[in-house]
Formats: sequence, C-alpha cells, structure tokens
Amino acid sequence: MLTAHWLYGMSGCLIVALGLRTALLHAVLLQRLIGINVMGAGVFLMLIAVAYRGPGVAPDPVPHALVLTGIVVAVSATALALALGRRLSAEQDDE
Amino acid sequence: MNTTALLALDALLVFSLLSLAVAALATHDARRSVILFMAFGLVLAVAWGRLMAPDVALAEAAIGAGLSGALLLAAVHEQPRRALSGDSRPGHNRAHSSFKVALEWAVTLLCVAVAGVLAWALAAAFDRTPKDVLAQAVSDNLAASGVSNPVTAVLLNFRAYDTLLELAVLLTAVLGIMAMGPERRGYRAAGPVFDGLVGWLVPVLILMAGYLLWVGAHAPGGAFQAGATLAAAGVVLRLAGQRSAGLPPWRLLHLTVAAGVVMFLAVGLSLLALGRPFLGYPPAWAGALILLIETAAMLAIAATLVLAFLGGRPAESHLNFSKEKRQC
Repeated sequence: MLTAHWLYGMSGCLIVALGLRTALLHAVLLQRLIGINVMGAGVFLMLIAVAYRGPGVAPDPVPHALVLTGIVVAVSATALALALGRRLSAEQDDE
Repeated sequence: MNTTALLALDALLVFSLLSLAVAALATHDARRSVILFMAFGLVLAVAWGRLMAPDVALAEAAIGAGLSGALLLAAVHEQPRRALSGDSRPGHNRAHSSFKVALEWAVTLLCVAVAGVLAWALAAAFDRTPKDVLAQAVSDNLAASGVSNPVTAVLLNFRAYDTLLELAVLLTAVLGIMAMGPERRGYRAAGPVFDGLVGWLVPVLILMAGYLLWVGAHAPGGAFQAGATLAAAGVVLRLAGQRSAGLPPWRLLHLTVAAGVVMFLAVGLSLLALGRPFLGYPPAWAGALILLIETAAMLAIAATLVLAFLGGRPAESHLNFSKEKRQC
C-alpha cells in the first residue's frame, strides 16, 4: 500500500501553491511571511513524502536531515525579515 | 494498525493541513493568521510522526509551531494598527481595481501552474522504483559514524559540511538582526501565577534540552531540537519580565552566537592538522567529537533563537546585570 506518500506529497504541492499566492499578493509583510513559511512547509511535505517507504519500514534519513536544516533556516530567515520590516516601518514613521 | 484506519488518519491529517493553511492565509486579521499558522505547524508535527520522521516532528513542534509563532505574535503585538489592516489608503483601491483583479488572476494561474509542475515532478519521482542509493550508503556506514541515529549521522558526520554552512547561515541571520537596531520593548513583570509557572518550567526546559542533546546520538533528538528547547526557556524568561532572557553576559554573547561555527571549524582544522580530511572524524573518536560539536551548536542555536525573539541587539546593561531582580 503506497497511497500515503501520494496523499502527503500532492497536498504538499497544493500547499506550496497556496503559500506562493499569498506571498505574492498580500499587502501586509507579516502575512507574506506566513505565506512563505506555509510554502516551505509544503516543500517539507514533498521531501518527507519522498523519504517515506511504508509503515514499519525505515525511511530514507537524508531528506529528513534536509528538512531539519530547512526548518531552522526558515525560522532564522523569518526573524531577519521581521527585523528588517521593523526597521523599515521605524524609518517611515520618522519621515 | 490496519490499512483502512491508517488511511482514515492520513485523510484526516491532510484535510486538516489543507484547511488550516487556507484559513491562515485567507484571513485579514494578522493575529488570527499567526495563531492558525501555529495550529498548522502542530498538525504538521503529527503528520511527521505519522510519516516516521520523529526528528523532524520534534523540530517542527519546537521551532515551526512554537518559536516561529512566538516571533510572529510578538511582531503582531508591535505593529501599528494601520499596518495590520492592509489596504488602508483611501482612493487607492478603486482606481486600480480592474488591474488588481487581473493581476490576482494572473498570479493565481501562475500558482496553479507551479502546483502542476511540482505534482508532475513528484509523480515522476514516485514512479521510479526507489533505488535508495543514499539511504543504503547511510545504513552501510552507520556503524562507523559514532552515532546510531541515522539522521544525526547524516547531519553531523556524512553531511557535516552542510550543517557547518547552515550554522554559518544562522550566524549571518543573527548578526543581521543585531545590526538592525535595539531589541523591542520588554515585557512587564509577570503576575504570581505566571511567575510560579516560570519557576518550574525553565528548569524543566533546560533539563529537557540536555536530554534531547544526549539522546540524539541514538534516538530522535539532537542539537537543533535541544537548542530550540533551550531557547524556549529564554523566551519564557523574557515574557516573565526577565530582561536578560537567559542570555550570557555581553562579552560572551558574540562568542556564544558563533560557538557552533567556531567549534566546527576548530574540530575540522585540528583533524586537518593531524593529517585527516576536513571533518573526517576517526571512527573511534567520532561519537565524542559529534557530542562536542553538538553542545556548542546547541548553545549557538539557542542564543540565536532568543535574539531572534528579542528582535534586535539587547542593551548591554541588561546582560551585564543579569543577577539583578526583575523590575517589580
């Protein structure tokens, strides 16, 4: 039975598209960032689905390590973007 | 578990994920959006557990849902009202409304196309019988890696270069954050109930971080999960009004933030001096070297995430008088 990785992988594709749409269209920085984070989650779903080998079978650890790295990089990028946004709005308030 | 029950669980998880993602992205209320995103992260952590990725599940619950949520909520709290409501410029919408609708449709079509291409690529990847070259190489060499958790072996041994560069990315991000300006305003001292909670929550979090670090060698866990747990202790302290947020004194702060990269390079260069390849651990020493690097990486990751939550450079005086009691 190999339906699980299809289910998760394909919903990962959908989630990437949903996040991308918000990241491109939303007017507010914060929600754009949430869109980018949701997009990342979709990519992680695709990677973990590729690593999955069925119930009770050891999965491929290499995509798992990639996703672990990705989660940490995503949070630091989000924090940097928020700091940039905060500085930007402070500059605009000064004007 | 029989396959029907498993399929029902899968359907439920995927349905929850998709609806939470749509709900988090569709709302115009930033606070609601962040909270729905946190719920999305938690369901995602359950999905990682279901797909037999417990290491990722731990990191997702601690970082993806927990710390990202705390960061974003702090940003919502700080944003001026007008920035949250989005289109607030009067007269701006009406003039361009037909252009805007066309743009929205074009972007939506682009996103549908992206989803289609990704699905096509993924289907092609699924159709090929998995050769598992890398997975096979990992399991063949696991005995020589110094640890028995394959994910830790990949992160700290087989692909140690990647993790070194990842820590460099984290360092760059945190230096950027500190260069952006001072930290955001502090929080008031906590009430007695929260104070009581902090009293036992922080020691438990520190203990848990130590456990996760140690157990990562042979079971789900490791420097990332441990660092995130330690950072959670700092965030809790900060929310309770402790200005230092558990960070080390100012003169040690930069060293702590760089500790992961420094330790990685020190180990790599020492091995090079001893005539081995860069980060090519001798099998007998691999376990100890990995623990050494992971300990430094945990401290660096924790300090980085706490600074990310502070949103800027902490005031020097807050860190140097960390013995000082909370202002009451």
